[in-house]
Amino acid sequence: MNAILRPTPSPTAAKIRTPLARARGLGSSKEGATHFWRQRVTAVANIVLASLLTFVFVKLAGADYATVKATLKNPLVSLLLLLFIASGVIHMRLGMQTVIEDYVHAEGRKVACLMLNTFFSVIVALTSVWAVLKLSFGA
Amino acid sequence: MADATQAPKRHPRPISPHLSIYSPLVNMVMSIVHRLTGVALYFGTLLLAWWLIAAATGPAYFAFVNGLLTTLPGKLVLLGYTWALMHHMLGGMRHLIWDTGRGFNISTVNFLSWGTIIGSLGLTAAIWVGALKMKGLL
Ligand code: HEM
Repeated sequence: MNAILRPTPSPTAAKIRTPLARARGLGSSKEGATHFWRQRVTAVANIVLASLLTFVFVKLAGADYATVKATLKNPLVSLLLLLFIASGVIHMRLGMQTVIEDYVHAEGRKVACLMLNTFFSVIVALTSVWAVLKLSFGA
Repeated sequence: MADATQAPKRHPRPISPHLSIYSPLVNMVMSIVHRLTGVALYFGTLLLAWWLIAAATGPAYFAFVNGLLTTLPGKLVLLGYTWALMHHMLGGMRHLIWDTGRGFNISTVNFLSWGTIIGSLGLTAAIWVGALKMKGLL
């Protein structure tokens, strides 16, 4: 029986799951519909956030530094940006994961690409968040 | 039970036709473009991050970045980014409709697919015309 039990993402999750739940499994990705669902939740959030931010970017396109700074300091604008960075980055990381899994089949290269995907996403997220926070609180 | 873990015997399997066999249909092209725009937006986030960092750094560096973005190549990149975002957003909405199990008959699929490309071009034009008018450039 043990031979066909699949590994689960976390040791705790593995322990508390019944054999039946394990036998049912979560598919080859070991995470069930989580990836799919998060992609959809962030997609819906992106629609709202990207649409609202389009107005901000249109206003700021070609504007002078003082206007840009004052607008980005606005708490509502900062909040929209922070939400969009969070939602957008989670979404794009999941999306790129799908693309990698579709095209990169050699195990080593796939794992490397998936890692780079995570690194890229985290770096984009944190540098952008840093910039927004510096504008909100800083000089 | 143990059988399930044994490697399958190698028989030549029938192979299903792939991309190169089909003549392009609008929903298939839009599906590919949805992926391309998703990947473009992925790398495009570097542009947003860079612009935000420039704004957070100070007037001199911001003027430098803003200067680059307002050159003709810069504007073309931003125009492309706008279109990619609009196309991917409408394509994503189409996916969300399909996720509810609706919209799968051929005429609806074609309608949604044409709607994605035409809508994305329309929205991109509206955003840019609106922006240029607002700035008195049109
Ligand atoms: C604006 C609203 C957006 C909506 C409604 C949306 C919707 C979606 C949906 C539903 C998918 C899944 C497609 C599938 O299952 O085949 C997807 C994939 C993807 N999205 Fe988005 N998205 C949005 C914005 C973004 C943004 C801002 C980015 C990048 C920063 C992005 C990057 C991606 C990537 C890389 C994929 C994977 C493409 C693929 O698998 O073909 N999306 N999007």
